[in-house]
Amino acid sequence: MIALIGLVIGVALGLLVRPDVPLWLEPYLPIAIVAALDAMFGGIRARLEGIFDEKVFVVSFVSNTVIAALIVFLGDKLGVGSQLSTGVVVVLGIRIFSNAAGIRRKLFGA
Amino acid sequence: MTGERPTGLRGLLPLLRPRVSLGQLTGGLLCLVLGFAAVAQIRSNERDTTFATARQDELVLILSDLGQRSERLRGDLRELEETKARLEQDAQGRTALEEARRRATAYGLLAGVLPAEGPGIEMVITDPDGGVAAFGLLDALQELRDAGAEVIQVNDVRVGVDTYFLDDRNGVRVDGRPLTPPYRFLAIGDAHTMTTALNIPGGVVRTLQDAGATVSIASRAKVTVDAIRSS
Repeated sequence: MIALIGLVIGVALGLLVRPDVPLWLEPYLPIAIVAALDAMFGGIRARLEGIFDEKVFVVSFVSNTVIAALIVFLGDKLGVGSQLSTGVVVVLGIRIFSNAAGIRRKLFGA
Repeated sequence: MTGERPTGLRGLLPLLRPRVSLGQLTGGLLCLVLGFAAVAQIRSNERDTTFATARQDELVLILSDLGQRSERLRGDLRELEETKARLEQDAQGRTALEEARRRATAYGLLAGVLPAEGPGIEMVITDPDGGVAAFGLLDALQELRDAGAEVIQVNDVRVGVDTYFLDDRNGVRVDGRPLTPPYRFLAIGDAHTMTTALNIPGGVVRTLQDAGATVSIASRAKVTVDAIRSS
């Protein structure tokens, strides 16, 4: 519940403040967001399966985003930034799908 | 899977029950940051990203394109300034008259009501099998126009903006007049550009040859286009 409220407040803040993404953050933010989405879906799934742990959620959320951004950062330094970010997005996309599938199975049994 | 029965949407309800603890608050805070960042990213993505995402060589290309265009426009500007200065100095209106005549000539050439002469090409399409249709001839004409032909004549018909080709029982008509092979295109313009454009692999010449025609293109230092359109 608090998470949902936080999300809503965050979106509202973003709409109100109209923030500019700083230039140095621009390549990493999208990847970090996708990673955070993955962590969020993972959290919902864990909660539905009754194995949700707040500590695990917070740690996985933070580490997911940081690692995703780091991988892209490293890729940029190595000159394979765009390929690597594509790879990261693919992996995270697959994870989001499997998490969504878990949630769906839990909720509807299908 | 733990083997429980699916809960349906009601399974979501316990998730919505507020439970205040440090972990929950941290999770809420993280979700707040996520929502904020997502909106920020979406907003920055909605802005014009044509240049932000373009690669370096594309940017260089765009830049040099713009440079050329501004160079050309600056040339135009200079020319117009000169004309303006001359017009201003001119008391008797001689320059104005000259200018008007020059423009009348240019428009006359474009409209096809004046004969013209200049460097260009002569393209002869012989069509022994009668395989060339109006479509092919129109293609040839458009290719010439694209390649910068200023004045064009087909056999004894001057080409204008509204020139059309029509398939007829007896052959091809152009602007209503019957056209008999060989089709002879006279075009004034840059000979090299036009020849290259026509000879592009898979282009006009190739298509016409596939239809059974033979095409010969010769560049001439002086092409005389004497057919005019009755206005």
